[in-house]
Amino acid sequence: MRNTMRILLKSPKFMFGFTLLVLVMGFVFIYPLFNRADPFEMVASGFDPPSSEHILGSDNFGRDVFLELAHGAQASLYVGLVAGVFATLIGLIIGLFAGYVGGMIDNVLTAINNMFIVIPPLVILILISIGLNNRSSLIVGLIIGFTAWPWTARAVRAQTASLRLRDHVNIAKISGYSTMRIILNDILPYLASYAFMAFILQTATGILEEASISMLGLGPYNTISLGTMLNWAMMFEAMGTGAWWAFIPPAIIIGIFTFSLYIINSGMDEVFNPKIRS
Amino acid sequence: MNPYVRYFLKRLGWSLITLTVAVMLNFLLPRMIKGNPVDTIVSSMTQGMTNQNDIKRVYETFEKEFGIDKPLWQQFFIYVGNIFRGDLGTSFGQYPKKVSTILANAIPWTLALQFPAIITGWILGNILGAVAAYRRKLFDKIVLPVSMAISSFPFFAFALIVLFFFSATLHWFPIGGGYSFDLIPTLSWQFIGSVLGHYALPFLTIVIVAIGGQAIGMRSMAIYELNADYILYAKLLGIRDRKVVRYVFRNAMLPQVTGLALQMGTMVGGALIAEIVFNYPGIGSSMFSAIRQLDYPLISGCTLMITFAVLIANFVIEVVYGLLDPRIKMAQLEDN
Repeated sequence: MRNTMRILLKSPKFMFGFTLLVLVMGFVFIYPLFNRADPFEMVASGFDPPSSEHILGSDNFGRDVFLELAHGAQASLYVGLVAGVFATLIGLIIGLFAGYVGGMIDNVLTAINNMFIVIPPLVILILISIGLNNRSSLIVGLIIGFTAWPWTARAVRAQTASLRLRDHVNIAKISGYSTMRIILNDILPYLASYAFMAFILQTATGILEEASISMLGLGPYNTISLGTMLNWAMMFEAMGTGAWWAFIPPAIIIGIFTFSLYIINSGMDEVFNPKIRS
Repeated sequence: MNPYVRYFLKRLGWSLITLTVAVMLNFLLPRMIKGNPVDTIVSSMTQGMTNQNDIKRVYETFEKEFGIDKPLWQQFFIYVGNIFRGDLGTSFGQYPKKVSTILANAIPWTLALQFPAIITGWILGNILGAVAAYRRKLFDKIVLPVSMAISSFPFFAFALIVLFFFSATLHWFPIGGGYSFDLIPTLSWQFIGSVLGHYALPFLTIVIVAIGGQAIGMRSMAIYELNADYILYAKLLGIRDRKVVRYVFRNAMLPQVTGLALQMGTMVGGALIAEIVFNYPGIGSSMFSAIRQLDYPLISGCTLMITFAVLIANFVIEVVYGLLDPRIKMAQLEDN
């Protein structure tokens, strides 16, 4: 474990992504501690340009964009984490079950999995969200997680199916351990590093999907998130009025979040799969 | 039976099953809400309406189109029957326009934008990735980090930034829309020129983001192949470099084709959101305005069309894949 950490800390990719993420998170969580104002409060007129008072100007409602950005990034991160945890959990459960049990159940689950990979996740997101009137950040995160699991399940299934044939699993079976215990003790540990990397990718996907669905106007209700900020900017023609401060900063923060998570993932990939390290 | 025909029929069967499931989801998911979904939708629809006739009109349209008094399974068959007749209902937001008419106007724009853009991005990305893998030092240091950075930007975030710099600030490109708003769609040179001018930026945005993702995938596939035993063997035999590269490229290509099929849904979804940023008159923008107006039949029509398009694209890619992969012709590959 310590060895892994040492390689990880030496990986330039991982460190770069990690530093970037920590810097953004630092701003996102520390700034609201100093500026305790309510981000919903209208402190200026609509689309005021950046000034010494409001670093990034105001949005269409006259709210402080800089403060909104910190609160919005928190909400987006929260949705992303909920989606990431939920998607990884479903993916693990379905993948482990299908891969370990095999046979008919595996065939059915794999078929369902392949279908959900092909059907656009955005469509399912829209179809579920449209019927829910009071969407909290938690609900949005859960819905996104519900559409994002197939990739994880697919990879977990493939690995479980090959792990199942290993000797130590056979010994555990002969010893009469329950299926549950074999999966948890003899298979899951081999997948732990993969599951963690999948979780990081799923979180990035979650942040991205939150922004997409909010952009369409189906985001968390009464919440400032990076996506809802973009939605307001689009609805109130920020592009046409030249109010770049209303949409460029949230777009960049979304990009930084996903980029740093991707690069952390790719750095970890090189540590856990020495083959590609070369 | 000819193994390829068998493969073809199998894929066709799976596509049809997936299509059925997708149509069922389209029908079922919005109806799973507690209470009568139509009541919920109609009450929020009619919230701002004061005219009793308007409210009645919305109710009647709904009742007729969804048959809400009948049991769910009967409603489903009405729904499927309507789809087969090409009847997707009447739009609320643009009453009394038919949803199918609105979609028929939007689909060509989306197809003409996304199809060429995704394919171009895919081809360029694969070439770039293969070159990066082969010329490790030179390209790798530049191509990989840049690809990583660009491909991790979602389409719409990239679109926002690009649109702001190149259109709103530099005025190189128009600021959005499918054509100049002072023109009437006709087959004149002026109109075609305007369409192409508006087309350039959305097209380039999708291509550039797609290139990044594909290049990363192709690079690692090609490196994997370059380290394979058969390459070492081929080199020991003294086969020319050019020929070896061709083997590598062909083998690394196959997973990329499958990858394109699997990513299609995500890519199309992302590009649809980018449409909103560009205010492009396609399905994405239709859906955006439909959601704002709670135009339920139009939303449902849009999601259905997106699913159809993605599933068809998927099927076509799988058919092509069958032609490319000799293992399928030899029927050695049973599944996947």
